[in-house]
Amino acid sequence: MNQKYLPLIATIVIFIVSYAVCAAQYPNILSTRVVGNLLTDNAFLGIAAVGMTFVILSGGIDLSIGSVIAFTGIFLAVMLESTSIHPLAAFALVLVITTLFGAIMGAIIHYLEMPAFIVTLAGMFLARGMAFVLSIDSIPIKHPFYAAMKGFYYKLPGGGRITLIGGLMVLVFALGILLAQRTRFGTNVYALGGGAQTSALMGVPVGRTTILIYGLSGFLAGLSGIVYSLYTSAGYSLATVGVELDAIAAVVIGGTLLTGGAGFVGGTLVGVLIQGLIQTYITFDGSLSSWWTKILIGALLFAFILMQKAILLLSRQNKRYS
Amino acid sequence: MSTADAIACGSPYFTGDLRFPGTLVFMLNNTNDILTAVGIVKTFPGAVALDKVNFSLRRGEVHALLGENGAGKSTLIKCMTGAYRRDAGTLTLDGTEIDPHDTLDAQKLGIGTVYQEVNLLGNLSVAENLFLGRQPRRFGLVQTGEMKKRANALLAQYGININVSAALGSFSVAIQQVVAIARAVDLSGKVLILDEPTASLDAQEVEMLFRIVRDLRARGLGIVFITHFLEQVYDLTDRITVLRNGQLVGTRETASLPRRELVTMMLGHELQSAEKAVAEAESSSGPVQFRFSNYGKAGTIKPFDLDVRKGEVVGIAGLLGSGRTETAELLFGVHKADSGTAEIGGKPANLSSPRAAIAARFGFCPEDRKVDGIIGELSVRENIALALQARRGWARPLSAAEQNALADRYIKALDIRTSDREKPIRLLSGGNQQKAILARWLATNPEFLILDEPTRGIDVGAHAEIIRLIRELCAQGMSLIVISSELEELVAYSSRVLVLRDRAHVAELTGSEITTEHIVNAIAAAPGAGEHP
Repeated sequence: MNQKYLPLIATIVIFIVSYAVCAAQYPNILSTRVVGNLLTDNAFLGIAAVGMTFVILSGGIDLSIGSVIAFTGIFLAVMLESTSIHPLAAFALVLVITTLFGAIMGAIIHYLEMPAFIVTLAGMFLARGMAFVLSIDSIPIKHPFYAAMKGFYYKLPGGGRITLIGGLMVLVFALGILLAQRTRFGTNVYALGGGAQTSALMGVPVGRTTILIYGLSGFLAGLSGIVYSLYTSAGYSLATVGVELDAIAAVVIGGTLLTGGAGFVGGTLVGVLIQGLIQTYITFDGSLSSWWTKILIGALLFAFILMQKAILLLSRQNKRYS
Repeated sequence: MSTADAIACGSPYFTGDLRFPGTLVFMLNNTNDILTAVGIVKTFPGAVALDKVNFSLRRGEVHALLGENGAGKSTLIKCMTGAYRRDAGTLTLDGTEIDPHDTLDAQKLGIGTVYQEVNLLGNLSVAENLFLGRQPRRFGLVQTGEMKKRANALLAQYGININVSAALGSFSVAIQQVVAIARAVDLSGKVLILDEPTASLDAQEVEMLFRIVRDLRARGLGIVFITHFLEQVYDLTDRITVLRNGQLVGTRETASLPRRELVTMMLGHELQSAEKAVAEAESSSGPVQFRFSNYGKAGTIKPFDLDVRKGEVVGIAGLLGSGRTETAELLFGVHKADSGTAEIGGKPANLSSPRAAIAARFGFCPEDRKVDGIIGELSVRENIALALQARRGWARPLSAAEQNALADRYIKALDIRTSDREKPIRLLSGGNQQKAILARWLATNPEFLILDEPTRGIDVGAHAEIIRLIRELCAQGMSLIVISSELEELVAYSSRVLVLRDRAHVAELTGSEITTEHIVNAIAAAPGAGEHP
């Protein structure tokens, strides 16, 4: 069997086993209502995590996405409150802004040969700061279009709902998988993660690919912000602090190597769902503090890092004795 | 017969002087040449790496490019593949003049290169590596099935049948080499440059690679083959071009070039042997101070015996890759010996690490001073004080006054040309850096000093000074091991010369046997049956 699928399979097995454990204790967890909510509640994280997957596959990191989501939310709230612009036009505008924001970070990373960590850290402060400039208050969004969007869902048998945003996340994942696995851009992303210098020698357009990767991450962070504003019907500068770290955790738990070059977009979906499942379990239990989510995610992350190291060592040994 | 043919047949061999326009016209007009380089010059700050070098490659030939370290092989390759911009000279590919500005450009023009360390991406699949950037697509999506089919077909030409969907990194280096060759040939298709492709392959894998190279030659490609295994040169190549010190020594037909002459071309001995040191007679009669019996390490160097007397200079000769540096590193404890014993003054000695060797009053000036020797940002004074400080231990620092006195003494004694002792050492010339490293070890007052290529990459004047220093040191009773590719130098100062070949000590020359002639013969002697590099 192809070794590169091992982490992905491990993630899926962990998800299925933990789902079974939860279901054994609370059979209700199997209901379509819970499944639908799992998608809806994690839609914004999932969409942002797709962008993060591309960034990490290329060997980079994007710390700005939490701030970009908050910026998008407050931008939409302010625009819809103080102007008569249609929400769809506001969506388009904010997506252009966040995509450009990401692309500029990518350009700085490539042309100034700066570490992605520092550049996106600066981007994180910048986006958060811009959000505060727009407003320091939590602004509710009462546009009728939002209400209409919320009423738009697909009813599952058993009372569950695939909401617009839940469905959008699934669609984004599907497109992300296609982009990563079946396009030249996708292969170039993996190539960069395997070695930027070698990639350049082999003819990969390193600069263009880097800019596209961070542009894509910016676009998806913007889309995630739109989803978050639909989800909460509000914009708040202090929202989604640390979401970039949740996204990184989802990517790594999904089996993507943090050093880049190996992993799957589909794995990230499972990583997001594992986080959502832990959250759901804690809600069902009722007596546990929600911080247990963090503790379990921490333990899982640690286990995955150890597993990746083990697989790496194993594959090296196999090669030596083959 | 054209001039180029005369050069190629090369009797008497051509010395690389092509200054007459008429000659150039002949070179360019030879239609059988696929790639010609004429008068290539490349200078780096402080050194001429290539001095008006000419090179021609024919269709359907395997052409060995040989020379010792620093001869200019890789610089020439890099000039031809656009990795370096040449300072002067013309490149002609297939009758048109070319000026590749980077390796990608050269690749598009038709010159593909495969390096010793495979320059492909181990995390991508074999098929993706072969077709990166030119994957077959339909509606913007990569046709993975079609890509695998083409990858299989491509590799089938090389007699390789592997799972092309598996990650490249999961295959052996030999397979990765073949994939790299397949990609380079598929992309470029005119000229293939193989830069030490066999260095990390075993005999069977080398055979597979050679079969592929012969196939490609039959298909009409021009192939440049760089190696330091002479066996492989005679096994595979049609012609040989030898470079030395950035200059063309000559281009010859492999079949008509005796091995002995080839070694002479590579190492050079036109300069007649300098006067032998007179002191040799009395110094070589003293008691043995350092005795290594059956000393060796599996996979690094075969066990050898070595006795060194007080005040004796033992020279080590051999081609690149013959185990010269490995011998030095073994003696100094960089590699731990796994057989044999070491004795100093009749008592067993522990030389299992450089630290232990330093404690036993050993010193070692490594070959590549930029990588292993100097610390460029530190001052001359700090570089000189380094080894002595290390031996004292960090708990007993040398005072500033002691360091200054030390540095001043050696700057004066070795005539290190520096404006002052606080100058960062990287700003000094190569010869002066070399002397500073020598000073570093002399400051520890060693009894046994190993110098690996002490005169590499330094100008002629500094050569003479280093040689004078070596003589003085042994007159003071220090025992020296000197490794050098400069045979005349070895002859000039050695009391004995050990000759290495294929990681084994094959000969020991003493007294009147020490001539460049004998050394070359010992290096070139065909290895016995069953041996393979």
